[in-house]
Amino acid sequence: MEKEEVKKIIVETLKKKKGKTKFYLKDYYKMIPDMKARQVKNIVNEMVKEEILEYWSSGSTTLIGLKGAGKAHATEEGE
Amino acid sequence: MAKHETPMLDQLESGPWPSFVSDIKAEAESRAKNEKGLDYQIPQDCCDDLLGVLELSYKHGRTHWKHGGIVGVFGYGGGVIGRYCDQPEMFPAVAHFHTMRVNQPSGKFYSTKFLGDLLDIWELRGSGLTNMHGSTGDIVFLGTTTPQLEEVFFDLTHKLDTDLGGSGSNLRTPSCCIGQARCEFACYDTQAICHYMTNEYQDELHRPAFPYKFKFKFDGCPNCCVASIARSDISYIGTWRDDIRIDQEAVKAYIGGEIPPNAGAHAGRDWGPFDIHKEVIDICPTGCMRMDGDKLEINTPECTRCMHCINVMPKALRIGNDRGCSILCGAKAPILDGAQMASLLIPFIKVEEPYDELKEKVIEPIWDWWMEEGKNRERLGELIKRQGFQKLLDVTGIKAIPQHVAEPRSNPYIFWKEEEVPGGWKRDINEFRKYHQR
Repeated sequence: MEKEEVKKIIVETLKKKKGKTKFYLKDYYKMIPDMKARQVKNIVNEMVKEEILEYWSSGSTTLIGLKGAGKAHATEEGE
Repeated sequence: MAKHETPMLDQLESGPWPSFVSDIKAEAESRAKNEKGLDYQIPQDCCDDLLGVLELSYKHGRTHWKHGGIVGVFGYGGGVIGRYCDQPEMFPAVAHFHTMRVNQPSGKFYSTKFLGDLLDIWELRGSGLTNMHGSTGDIVFLGTTTPQLEEVFFDLTHKLDTDLGGSGSNLRTPSCCIGQARCEFACYDTQAICHYMTNEYQDELHRPAFPYKFKFKFDGCPNCCVASIARSDISYIGTWRDDIRIDQEAVKAYIGGEIPPNAGAHAGRDWGPFDIHKEVIDICPTGCMRMDGDKLEINTPECTRCMHCINVMPKALRIGNDRGCSILCGAKAPILDGAQMASLLIPFIKVEEPYDELKEKVIEPIWDWWMEEGKNRERLGELIKRQGFQKLLDVTGIKAIPQHVAEPRSNPYIFWKEEEVPGGWKRDINEFRKYHQR
């Protein structure tokens, strides 16, 4: 699968999600099941560099979401 | 006069030990005076507000900090931890007060100039408060605002030739003991490999690739000064294969009281004369030592390199000459499933640049397995527990050996693979029928 096609699938899948806006890297692997995890990881990180996606870090764990989607700061459970 | 009344914090200063409260107050005072005439880039009274919010937390018995967020420097997924105060109106100077992790030099060697330069950046662009060192070994900068993050990062990388450390689902800043620079027990150059791995795995350090955090720690000997056996997903502990070198004359000198045991570390009290039986031979965990007349003997195959005898009599006993390291996997703190010590994977491997064997046969196969099979927020030690140590041996292609066995078998089931059974699963049915009726 072409890299651009993968990026398109990722963006479309994220846009369709309701509720949550940030996801574990493993959730991205599931979006592209036929591709090796390491390759998907590289593409996701490239999309962060291109400012399509952005990291959200709690300090111990990192989540990734569409840039600008959801809250940027720390949130409490239930918010 | 202090900005906030802090009676409970003041009480913490009354003990005989150094107080972090006094340190924060000293920095608050220094910022208020500003004798260097700095153009502070974050609020000058941030340390006062920090004391205020801490006092409030003591009063309420709960924290007023939130953590996490999108803050960071461009292209990096770690190194910055967003911190926000949930009482920004009361304490505006610490409303945004992010932590930055700075990669410590290997062995934590730095000149006073380097420390001074770090602080010059941090007094100008942050709170001036640091934590030397965080539990992963990083130099921790406590408290700055979002616009200062890129500025600090630029100065660290361009002026001080250093980098941010790891946080989030990344490889965390590798850390090592002081090693051969100062310690005669070091069995390999811990600083060299720590520096190498930090550079080699930059991508894993800065761009999240894993289900959770991952730590390397390098200990030069089994004294484990950086506690790699308890704190790291892959622990490298220096060891040797040949005999402990014995200087029999020095042994006699210890017995005769001419050399103080433990290099004089227990000199503050009168423990009586040194007794080699009571203090060394009889408490050897494997009973591998004995005195033959006035000669000390060690049965090397029985020795587990616990280091006790060497620590007690460092002038008489020295590490062997055939040196390398043991590799252990899966240590972690107790968030899920209790704290875990690392399990031995490789009893001995030579530690030589360019470390290809380590990278290709151990580190990368383990990462591939964990990235594929690890659940979100699951440490390597938990994956090993869930799928079994045997699976770890499978993915690394390492053959099971007695050293992998921690206790007698408690699981009665053995599942053989076809390649492990002579002849495999297939058989010649006609040959079988010669001896067995239908």
